[in-house]
Amino acid sequence: MKKVIMGNHALSYGAMLGRAQVIAAYPITPQTQVVELLSEMCASKALDAKFIKVESEHSAMAACLGASLAGARTFTATSSQGLALMHELLHWASGGRLPVVMGNINRSMAPGWSIWADQNDSLSQRDTGWMQFYCASNQEVLDSTIQAFKVSEALAIPSMIILDAFAISHTYEVVDVPDQAAVDAYLPPFKPALKLTSSEPHAFGGLTGPEHYFELRYKLQKDMEKAPALIDQTGLEFEKMFGRRLEQVEEYRCDDAEIILVTSGTAGYTARVAVDELRRKGVKAGNCRIRVFRPFPFDEVRRVAAKARRMAVVDRNISYGCHGIFYQEVKSALYGGADTPPIFGFIAGLGGRDITPGDFGDIARYAMSKPKPEEEIVWIGVKK
Amino acid sequence: MKKEKTMKLTLPEEELVGSGHLACQGCGAVLAMRDVLKALGPKTVLCIPACCWSVIDGPFPHSTLGVSIFHCAFETAASSASGLKAGLEMVGDTETTVVAWAGDGGTFDIGIQALSGAAERNEDIIYVCYDNEAYMNTGIQRSSATPYGAWTTTTPVKHFKNRPKKDIDAIIAAHRVPYQATANIAYPEDLFKKMKKAKDIKGTRFFHIWAPCPAGWKSRPEDTVKLARLAVQTTLFPIYEVENGEKYTLNINVKEPKPIKDYIRLQGRFRHLKDSDIEFIQEETNRRWDRIRKLCGL
Repeated sequence: MKKVIMGNHALSYGAMLGRAQVIAAYPITPQTQVVELLSEMCASKALDAKFIKVESEHSAMAACLGASLAGARTFTATSSQGLALMHELLHWASGGRLPVVMGNINRSMAPGWSIWADQNDSLSQRDTGWMQFYCASNQEVLDSTIQAFKVSEALAIPSMIILDAFAISHTYEVVDVPDQAAVDAYLPPFKPALKLTSSEPHAFGGLTGPEHYFELRYKLQKDMEKAPALIDQTGLEFEKMFGRRLEQVEEYRCDDAEIILVTSGTAGYTARVAVDELRRKGVKAGNCRIRVFRPFPFDEVRRVAAKARRMAVVDRNISYGCHGIFYQEVKSALYGGADTPPIFGFIAGLGGRDITPGDFGDIARYAMSKPKPEEEIVWIGVKK
Repeated sequence: MKKEKTMKLTLPEEELVGSGHLACQGCGAVLAMRDVLKALGPKTVLCIPACCWSVIDGPFPHSTLGVSIFHCAFETAASSASGLKAGLEMVGDTETTVVAWAGDGGTFDIGIQALSGAAERNEDIIYVCYDNEAYMNTGIQRSSATPYGAWTTTTPVKHFKNRPKKDIDAIIAAHRVPYQATANIAYPEDLFKKMKKAKDIKGTRFFHIWAPCPAGWKSRPEDTVKLARLAVQTTLFPIYEVENGEKYTLNINVKEPKPIKDYIRLQGRFRHLKDSDIEFIQEETNRRWDRIRKLCGL
């Protein structure tokens, strides 16, 4: 059924249709509507789940881990400072192979206090062993959430569904909310291979010496390497049932592109507007939107790069003392390739400053005007 | 003909703490676990945060306990247990008792936020704090459970701890949980009886169990039970229970308290204390004992 809903509610519907059994969450702007709607769904029995109203995000994730270990499907949502507070337990989730699914609303880190979008919160969790999906529309938020349960549970690796503050979280769009029966047919109940019970005593996560720890981490990486194929496969199954396809990397007018703008999150759709405008003015531009950031879509990015004369990676984040984080990762993925194009790195929109189609026009023209990058970072729209 | 002497067992024979655990000699925390599991039985699961017991149980792939354990993060005993209980219920297991099992550091200090949250929500868990009065697993650093006067590696003799032990039991009582109790490894029947009672109560149940640590207290391993008993006989650690934060009952009355000096002088951690320091501790002990007795209506 088509509904006009906000991006945050797309997460709630995703968790509801996914039949999350235990939800533990703590409020933070701009995430609050996600859990408000879920608490209403639990209270009205629209969703048969236990909602634990914890006293912090740290406890939210801890409770999710306990519930997941018992074999229950679990969901939470947070943002920014809340995600940072969870950091320790993000490692616990992946290391414990507990497939929690979490929504994170991209919000800038304090200080100064900011409730507006940038990606430093989720990208600071890059190395915690979670899959990361950066969404560009409300529909994608809902579809990604349902698919994430399936991929996470198959691999025993947690997933983070990531959406921009306000540009998605509080923006209303038409969303096709699938029928519960159809989602049930797509997503079977959670049946973990191992779980904690009182009938079969086991200790989970105990002291692990150098003779075992390394192999546990090797296995986590090996399973993470299986994720790209599984994401494609579950995406295809989803398309067959619901008519919508989510890919790891989304291309827009890239085939004959002289300049490809590489983006993530909602900036991708802004970039499309810029691409159309540039093409009207005779500049062959394209957009490559990276949807799956972990595992990094090496094959997809290399395939797109092979089409490009130049690439401009636009980051709404920064690794201080280095570059934008997508820029680093794209360069790393393409390093040493025979036909690697020049790759330019731009930083824009920190702290929720708008990234406009005009900005993307400037970015494209800048990259087209240079044979190769002259600066480590090109800043867009900053008051220097 | 000599008549054979028989002794009636007051606790079940079944052991859920196996041999081969990694505790130090004379460890009070092991006795605490042994007594608690005798009362709760095998349909029990534990959340154990960083503490001595996260080592005592043995390294992967070994485990000395006959019950399942979720080794959880230091500050998450109560929140992990809340989630575990909810998860078990959602997969159809409403019978298993979920226990958060933490040391004093994980309870009085780093875990107090999660514990307060769980207690306020009245999560259906039993929270057990085995109290050895310092961070013993990391090598004897002071916690807020360390008593006045004690040496630890972070409260050296010249600057011994000059603040009293945090009153965790009063904090829990302020949450009005359905049941809470203090207990002591030197009084296993009392501990057993109260744990049995707690098992059948719904909601958050809190146990504060006195568990001497020879390595950290600089006491003789063979004195562990004696020290635990002296903690009660000197009234330093009163044994009582509280229902709904209001109804206090003294479980073990001490009619003629022994001097606190008897307890202090068996421990190297108090060796530097002068008689005047001990006199101060005696006064504080008397004052707290009077307060508890009043709360218990005595």
